[in-house]
Amino acid sequence: MNPISGQVVNLFAAILLLIAFAMLSQRRIVTLIHLFAFQGAALVGSTATVAFATGQKHLYYSAAITLVLKVVLLPWILHRLIRRLNVKWDIETLINIPTTMLVGIVLVVFAFNLALPISQFSQSIARGTLGIALACVLLSFLMMITRSKAVPQVIGFLSMENSLFFAATSATYGMPMVVELGIALDVLVGMVILGVFLFQIREQFDSLDIHHLEKLKED
Amino acid sequence: MEALAALLAVPLLGGLLLWALGERESAPEANSLFSLGTLLASLVLTAQVVSEGPVMGIYEQFFVDPLNVFLVTLTAFVAFTTSLFSRPYMRIERDKGRMTPGRLRLYHSMYQVFTFTMLLALTTNNMGILWVAMEAATLATVLLVSVYRTPASLEAAWKYFILCGVGIAQALFGTILLYFAAERVLGPEGNALLWTHLDVVKHELEPAIMSLAFVFLLVGYGTKVGLVPLHNWLPDAHAEGPTPISAVLSGLLLNVALYSVIRCKVLADGALGSRFAGNMMMGFGLLSVVVAAFFPMRQRDIKRMFAYSSIEHMGLMTFAFGMGGPVANFAGLLHMTVHSLVKSAIFFAVGHAVQKAGTQVMEDIRGLMKASPTVGWGLMLGTLAILGMPPFGVFASEFLILTTAMSIHPWATPILLVALGVAFAAVFGRVQPMVFGDSRLPRLQHQPALMPVFLHLGLGLMLGLYIPPYLATWYKQAARLLG
Repeated sequence: MNPISGQVVNLFAAILLLIAFAMLSQRRIVTLIHLFAFQGAALVGSTATVAFATGQKHLYYSAAITLVLKVVLLPWILHRLIRRLNVKWDIETLINIPTTMLVGIVLVVFAFNLALPISQFSQSIARGTLGIALACVLLSFLMMITRSKAVPQVIGFLSMENSLFFAATSATYGMPMVVELGIALDVLVGMVILGVFLFQIREQFDSLDIHHLEKLKED
Repeated sequence: MEALAALLAVPLLGGLLLWALGERESAPEANSLFSLGTLLASLVLTAQVVSEGPVMGIYEQFFVDPLNVFLVTLTAFVAFTTSLFSRPYMRIERDKGRMTPGRLRLYHSMYQVFTFTMLLALTTNNMGILWVAMEAATLATVLLVSVYRTPASLEAAWKYFILCGVGIAQALFGTILLYFAAERVLGPEGNALLWTHLDVVKHELEPAIMSLAFVFLLVGYGTKVGLVPLHNWLPDAHAEGPTPISAVLSGLLLNVALYSVIRCKVLADGALGSRFAGNMMMGFGLLSVVVAAFFPMRQRDIKRMFAYSSIEHMGLMTFAFGMGGPVANFAGLLHMTVHSLVKSAIFFAVGHAVQKAGTQVMEDIRGLMKASPTVGWGLMLGTLAILGMPPFGVFASEFLILTTAMSIHPWATPILLVALGVAFAAVFGRVQPMVFGDSRLPRLQHQPALMPVFLHLGLGLMLGLYIPPYLATWYKQAARLLG
């Protein structure tokens, strides 16, 4: 095992964490989609590095799936979607951005504390990054909570899936191939359904603001 | 092996065919026919498991033992009877203009796909595929919940998608951690997610990883079970989707999600050697029972009210499995069965009652007994059964759960009793005026499907009075597997 590859994986992990914060603070939807594509690219980079360093062949395949699905296909669908829906503009956040960032930092500390005792059991070269993966999951979660428009929520959801995928390569050498294929299929189908859904929501409410989706409450 | 393949192939092909052929007058019958095929395959599979023991298939990716074969049969059975109920129900909806041919095509196709995903989740041996199947079930039902395209149904489906999506993402993280723990023992080849392999080495799995994994798995799949405080999607999805879907959501999907949790619990128990997993489940279960018991009295919508009742019953089962031990597990499995049967029967009756009254608001549904005695009796008897009146099966299982709680965790018994009492008063108080009294409700254009209602209630009654010996053996075997 090459110590340099370990460093490279750590670098990619740091990039992922930075992107997660950038997404949290980003107001424009177009930039958000670019960030999502970058996140996918960083994921491909780290997966390929782990594959190269350890000689695990199936990781190359999973890197290829990620490349096709998360760097090319999903961003393309999202771009088409926002063009057709004509929602490029600023996103209102429910909590102001500095506060969100502070909450994000607390989440990162929490994630590292949670992951520290278990990451020592990992044999993967990327074991130090489990904490980062968990932090990215929580940050995507935070992003979903703080956004009031439907499209950013979807991007938050997809970025959470990216982070989980990163967790799988950092704790272990990736999930078995059949499971990864299944997950990729679910994500793709889910994205298509969400796209259809967004159109239906717009048709019904003339807006993608999910404040309109708060009618069903207990009396 | 062939039966297993048929069990999965029939609904999958059915879904594709119903989509490919488009909407025709005979689509509801074709839908029932595919469900009947699935049911027959499940019966053959059951016979195999009973006579030859657990069945493995396709590179060990599929595994059927006494625990899941009973859920497979239950799922296939309720899916079949629901498809019978949905025939007149959907014809009436179409005549009312709520369902267009395009929507009916989506509905029938997704109904079969949904059955497929549930059966896949139940029969797979691979914990990763289990996750994939649960996510696919969510996707299929999202489309079914939003099929009316009303603002409320879109909102319900969006909420369902986001909440269950996030929830199930937690379960994926739990699955990754599970794989992480397993890989250290079983090596990185594909076997490390196979439940049968994990079960053999469960005592060697690293406890620190497994406890964290179980928390994530419980929260993730627990969202789909509808455990409080993760239950928010459930009443909306039940109330706004078509009624046959409410019936299969309550009767089947929640069971499948709980099944995933108990499979994980078996592994966590082995690895931790403590009551950690059981205690977590008891906590969530008790909270769900108590919170859900206080909601029905505030509801105006009949389907929302019964959705809360489902949360309450799922909580009770989670509590029973959390207690563990042969009696509590037996009671939990029995409760799963009778709850599925009775709750889907109630939704069938509710579906026709709502179609008659043209509203889901309970104040506007009056005098069902006069307008249509069978619907009225179905709703009344179903309500009594689900509230735990003897001699129905729910009484037997609740009695077993309460007496076990009394001997192991006496503190929990009064809480459970109060919650069940409150739920009884609220639900019975609401249903009674709907059933009795004067009526001005019109007739339905199509003969309502009441055979499934009384078939389910009859089975629920039978299980309360007499459990056939082979069924009892089967429950006992399954309960033993759970430890």
